[in-house]
Amino acid sequence: MRSNRREFLKIAGVSALTLLVPAVLPPVRAAGNPSAPVAAARQASSPLQPLTAGRWALAVDLSKCSADCTDCTTACHQVHNVPALGNPGHEVKWIWREPFPAVFPGETHAWTGESLRRMRPPVLCNHCANPPCVRVCPTGATFQRPDGIVMMDYHRCIGCKICLAACPYGARSINFRDPRPFVQKLNPDYPTRTKGVIEKCNFCEERLARGLEPACVEACRQKALVFGDVEDPRSEIRLLLEKRVALRRRASLGTLPQVYYLL
Amino acid sequence: MLEKALTGGPGYRAWMAFLLAVFATGLFFYLRQLELGLGVTGMSRDVSWGLYIAQFTFLVGIAASAVMLVLPYYLHDYQAFGKITVLGEFLAVASVIMCGLFIFVNLGQSPRVLFVILHAQPKSVLFWDMFVLNVYLVLNIITGWTVLGCDRKGVPPPRWVRPLIYLSIPWAISIHTMTAFIYAGLPGRSFWLTALMAPRFLAAAFASGPALLILICLVLKKWADFDAGEKAIQALARIVAYALAVSIFFVLVELFTVFYSGIPEHQEHFRYLYAGIDGHGNLVPWMWMSAVLAVGALAALIHPRARKNERVLAAACAAVFAAFWIEKGLGLVVTGFVPSPLGSVTEYAPTGPEIAVALGVWAAGFLVLSVLYRVFVAVRREAGSVEPSAEGLRNGP
Repeated sequence: MRSNRREFLKIAGVSALTLLVPAVLPPVRAAGNPSAPVAAARQASSPLQPLTAGRWALAVDLSKCSADCTDCTTACHQVHNVPALGNPGHEVKWIWREPFPAVFPGETHAWTGESLRRMRPPVLCNHCANPPCVRVCPTGATFQRPDGIVMMDYHRCIGCKICLAACPYGARSINFRDPRPFVQKLNPDYPTRTKGVIEKCNFCEERLARGLEPACVEACRQKALVFGDVEDPRSEIRLLLEKRVALRRRASLGTLPQVYYLL
Repeated sequence: MLEKALTGGPGYRAWMAFLLAVFATGLFFYLRQLELGLGVTGMSRDVSWGLYIAQFTFLVGIAASAVMLVLPYYLHDYQAFGKITVLGEFLAVASVIMCGLFIFVNLGQSPRVLFVILHAQPKSVLFWDMFVLNVYLVLNIITGWTVLGCDRKGVPPPRWVRPLIYLSIPWAISIHTMTAFIYAGLPGRSFWLTALMAPRFLAAAFASGPALLILICLVLKKWADFDAGEKAIQALARIVAYALAVSIFFVLVELFTVFYSGIPEHQEHFRYLYAGIDGHGNLVPWMWMSAVLAVGALAALIHPRARKNERVLAAACAAVFAAFWIEKGLGLVVTGFVPSPLGSVTEYAPTGPEIAVALGVWAAGFLVLSVLYRVFVAVRREAGSVEPSAEGLRNGP
């Protein structure tokens, strides 16, 4: 402990200044990030090239997404060993559905039609370009990759839950108990978690590294989910965003969410 | 000096045994929590901070309030506080220790607590809160212990403690400001998203901390043969009165901003607190009780004749302490989460094990406090007529 103190004080002193930097500089990272290559050092269990992007984003085509379908949730939760706990207070959720008025309280009014009200858009981590969860994390367990994916390091997480308070979308879960006995069908290719750590959607970074699209996108039979690089002007998602009206959840907060809901 | 804590009358020993028993019970339930996870608490996906963090927040205020003694005594040479400034510093020590323990028991992976230092993130307010709290703890241990030690020997405190004491003044402000920033810097939690958070915290702290100190002084006078002096207690009571008035004003300012602006997202949380939403109103009776206690105490404390009556004063101080414990120790943290970002109202109530752990932490804090105060009283009794003096500190060797 004692030998660390000098080191600690050094870090503390230098970092006093850096605390101000993110507050003063506007979050421009969303706009101009020359497409950084995805770290693909992991051994590929598939011959496909890893998928890379300047900034990954997901578009949900609400006109194609039917309210009673659960394919995306099932696929995601199965691939990622998300436990089925049964207790709503302790639930772990990566992608799930919520009623339209709950997802977009600001876009709902007294005369919003039944068809819109009946919609249940899938909600997930927005992989914000300016993520408050990353800012508040005291250990760096939550961090952002250059391609925009907000990641969780399950081994670094101390379970302080400040990221749950900071996330304005309720997109994070904590393991209130050991999740392993509640994983219904174990996927040996993805780790299970321990009690007390935070987890959330990771845009299937482990699949991207193997050249595969996210599990939810693949599972969607309606083709309502479109995943792609918003910094690539020729990508399908860019073309859709340029053509259609898109909503983002609580965009006024400045978090720059990267999940777009196409009307 | 510490050996003085080992001796004491039957009352002292019974009190320590009681605290140890409560602490042991808390430890037992903490070990259960360590084994089973935070699922043993009442916290949920929607309300992810509860009793633990609320107690932490309240106690940071108690810790910061030591400055209300240190500042008048060392900066303005207010001699009446000479006898009790160390009491304030020791209260800060015990409070910060409780704060640390409450953070610790709140962690889902408490064995990894040192990651906050090993993987320090300068962008995180939590990191800075940890930093300022630990420095504040060290400052108060050193200054309180050194000054008391010098009193025992009847010598003026060494010169080197002076800068530390002066440093502890802004530092006290910093600990509660940092704690407020944990809340006030979060987007989408409109209940906490107010620049008034830090000032409100400080006003509440400067009311509840000195109120507790008055109560402690009255206890010490009655049972430990230590008299802080009428002048000091009355000065503290005036501090409580002013801080309480400012604190109530701040709450009214907040209510005006929220309800006159009429932004629903900002109103909802206050409606939950004082009226309940959709039949959910666990906190409503508590919050009204807190309001009544605060206003009642203010009425008693601003009236000089009432304030000078020791019984009225004791009751008013107990009311102030209870009012702010409810406001910060129950209401403030939970309500930031209700309603949730998705508009659902999930109520929170602490579970038995959670309450036992929290009581255990309080017992640990009171154990530390009792040891320190036992030493303090013994030293002061031995020193007899030797009055500690700021004079000595200023003109020392």
